[in-house]
Amino acid sequence: MKRYLQVIWAVLWKDLRIESRTKDVFTSMAVFAVLALLIFNFAFELRVPDKAMVTPGVLWVTVAFAGVLGLGRAFITEKDKGSLAGLLLAPVDRSAVYFGKMLANLLFILVVELFLLPLITIFFNVPLITPALLLILLLGTIGFAAVGTTFSALAVNTRAREVLLPVLLFPVMLPVLVAGIRSTIGLLEGDTLADLGNWLQLFLFYDLLFLVVAFLTFDYVVEE
Amino acid sequence: MTTDPLIEIAGLQKAFGRHRVLRGIDLAIPAGSAIALYGPNGAGKTTLLRILATLSRPTGGSVRVAGVDIAANPEGIRQHLGLVGHAPLLYDDLSAAENLGFYARLYGLPAADARIADLLQRVGLYERRRDLVRTFSRGMVQRLAIARALLHDPAILLLDEPDTGLDPQAAERMTALLRELGGSARTILMTTHHLERGLDLADRVLILAGGRLVFDASAATLDAAGLRPLYDHYVGTGAA
Repeated sequence: MKRYLQVIWAVLWKDLRIESRTKDVFTSMAVFAVLALLIFNFAFELRVPDKAMVTPGVLWVTVAFAGVLGLGRAFITEKDKGSLAGLLLAPVDRSAVYFGKMLANLLFILVVELFLLPLITIFFNVPLITPALLLILLLGTIGFAAVGTTFSALAVNTRAREVLLPVLLFPVMLPVLVAGIRSTIGLLEGDTLADLGNWLQLFLFYDLLFLVVAFLTFDYVVEE
Repeated sequence: MTTDPLIEIAGLQKAFGRHRVLRGIDLAIPAGSAIALYGPNGAGKTTLLRILATLSRPTGGSVRVAGVDIAANPEGIRQHLGLVGHAPLLYDDLSAAENLGFYARLYGLPAADARIADLLQRVGLYERRRDLVRTFSRGMVQRLAIARALLHDPAILLLDEPDTGLDPQAAERMTALLRELGGSARTILMTTHHLERGLDLADRVLILAGGRLVFDASAATLDAAGLRPLYDHYVGTGAA
């Protein structure tokens, strides 16, 4: 178990170290997120009477689209540089590599979300920075990163990998997106976390399900 | 001293869809032997090494290392494998020492700092240990890749055309390094197109063509001039 955790930490450390130097993932996700917000802002300003109505959708759709950019790079860079084989040669169960990558992706997306929330609050004039919403975002992002990391590894050996990832990911992500949007609407309308019990259970179930599925299948997913 | 082979390959087959790359390989490799595996592009050399490295599953047949089927215990087998391939398996945006440190953590090595420093000294990169790999020449990267592959002191070293992209001087230096660091106790399987370089390292020569082993002889009985016509005979003139 100690070796397994060491490998998770090694992969996470490596991805964070590289990202701290290149800022490739954060820059691409953050720039995309800001552009998407600007477009949503101008589009809804013209037609929507109250922008607060569309804020939950804007938040989750922006996170989903920006997140795909980061998730796509998780294994493509490893594959293109030829370093994926180095990870797969580690003498532990390969799911440890998955969890290291998943945690790195989770952190990258969470950082972008923390960057995004004040911008949405300013653009849409809706107070989004609350502990309850941060919890909802965390739970949704865990599910997103769990599924996205698996599909990113699956897509990397295909020719149309950049296209395949969102095509595979978004249908499976739909329950998380719906739960996220519904929960955010509820919070903005004054619901408490206790009122959102069903959505929270859905998040937890989804997160756990896909972490277990990834644990069981990752060895086959990354194989040629 | 045991006479059992360290690596036993029996009826090994690999197909990608309808394309059969390996068509039944049988091979026994004793511990401590150094094998040069020649063959034209597409012969299945890299596929064979990837199966031995547990990076690819065979379609048929079996591979046993020290009597253990690699399909039954791939994690255990990987502890004893080092791989140097076309790609160095290194990260451009990490320094030389950080790359080796990362792999030391993957392999759970104790006292890794001393081992890393020693290997960097031996491959001539200690002074550049803090530099990012992206600033290295191809020859330096390949030397660092050799250090990476030997970091956990594997019993088996798989070399998949490690001289690809190197100029003659860098390739010679790499060969000398492999001879020095390979050690007589380590089992080496090397694929290459360069007949002389393979003979320089190997005590046994194999030729793979069309997914089958078509030639197997002791390197002691061969020199490059003698091997060339044999190679041309088995795989076609000018293939290497």
